[in-house]
Amino acid sequence: MCLGIPGQIVEITDAARLMAMADVSGVRREVNVACVLTGAPEALIGQWALIHVGFAMALIDADEAARTLEALRDLGEAQETLEQMREGERALAS
Amino acid sequence: MKYASEFRDPKAARALLAEIAATCDRIGATRDKPVHIMEICGGHTHAIFRYGLDRLTHPGIEFIHGPGCPVCVLPMARVDECVELAERPEVIFCTFGDAMRVPGHRKSLLQAKAAGADIRMVYSPLDALEIARRNPAREVVFFGLGFETTTPSTALSIQAAAREGLGNFSVFCNHITVPEPIKALLDDPDMVLDGFVGPGHVSMVIGTHPYDFIARDYGKPIVVAGFEPTDLLQSVLMVLRQIEAGRAEVENQYARVVPEHGNPVSLAAIADVYERRPSFEWRGLGEIDASGLRIRDAYRAFDAEAKFGIGYGAAQGRTVVPEAEGCACGAVMTGRMKPTACPQFGKGCTPDMPLGALMVSSEGACAAYWQYGGARGVAAR
Ligand code: SF4
Repeated sequence: MCLGIPGQIVEITDAARLMAMADVSGVRREVNVACVLTGAPEALIGQWALIHVGFAMALIDADEAARTLEALRDLGEAQETLEQMREGERALAS
Repeated sequence: MKYASEFRDPKAARALLAEIAATCDRIGATRDKPVHIMEICGGHTHAIFRYGLDRLTHPGIEFIHGPGCPVCVLPMARVDECVELAERPEVIFCTFGDAMRVPGHRKSLLQAKAAGADIRMVYSPLDALEIARRNPAREVVFFGLGFETTTPSTALSIQAAAREGLGNFSVFCNHITVPEPIKALLDDPDMVLDGFVGPGHVSMVIGTHPYDFIARDYGKPIVVAGFEPTDLLQSVLMVLRQIEAGRAEVENQYARVVPEHGNPVSLAAIADVYERRPSFEWRGLGEIDASGLRIRDAYRAFDAEAKFGIGYGAAQGRTVVPEAEGCACGAVMTGRMKPTACPQFGKGCTPDMPLGALMVSSEGACAAYWQYGGARGVAAR
């Protein structure tokens, strides 16, 4: 919950609500991009962001993303976050 | 140096450890007269244990684990209120999974769920918003928990609910802030703190200036740090260098992610939706001035406290409830006691049968000791 996880923005899903699809270690998750918007939402496509509980909070470069992900995997936090994302999906379905 | 081989960059780690040791020697830090460095963030505590940094660094460094795990500092009364809300038949209670196993007086949220309460573990408040959209006949309450890293997410979600007129969505706000408890610890004459390693992701939101008082008013160095082991070592070294030079400044080791002035969109959303409570209760720390946030009147319709007459400010919210017998959560939380010194550690309190939240959360100091040094700790006693 306290550590963000890097994800790559792959698609803008709802420009009005500032929602985008992010690829987080192979898991696709819709995230809000209000906090990292600098111009048109489309300009975010392909960029890496640190994602906190569904919100992109900072843009980072690909190298930083890879290193952060590695540190999070080492800590077991990456696995935990991905599990929480799946849990969130289940909560919506129930 | 067994652990250092696991580092992504062992050469850099070794060089930093050597520099740390040399600086410790120059300033005369020893096992008996150590420099006390508090890492504030639970994520840092976890990383320090994962990489064995407490054992690899010079014995003249003593890591004091700070109150930076939001689940751990949650008073039992708040958990009880969550259970009470969740047990209302009309309510769908949404929470981060981290809070599920925190013991309450009667039960934890996990036990309440097992007993039939509609409790859903979500990854994001956005999930709770979506559940509210799909269940217009139910009341969807999101448990707003965490420091400044998660505060923007609930603020933006409340703004979204207001825009959409989503009347069945509310937030049970228990957001807390990082700088105020640090001030409380610095004001405590029993605490010996020589410097701080500051939280990276919190600072990404608030920037580095909220820590200015630590250097200015208390004359202590603070270095905002990233989460890789070399980030942490580098930050410890930066703290030591300040001590050696007689400086006290706010430095930013994690500038590649932390902007000096924070994230403007997040800060604007927080300011729009939340205001400070006069004080807020922390487990182990008691009431701390201005350390908690509540929802402003303009968003009252989305405030679960107002909607259900529960929570802080309600009569029950003021009762400070005692911790479980023989547990030392308070002393551990404030860095006064090491987890292994708690009489319950590994006996009455284990991750499977927790007495305190510090043993449940992956960011709790007791869980970190258990996971990475539990056997060692128990054997040593
Ligand atoms: S071991 Fe258990 S009871 Fe003791 S301080 Fe840690 S969480 Fe609290």
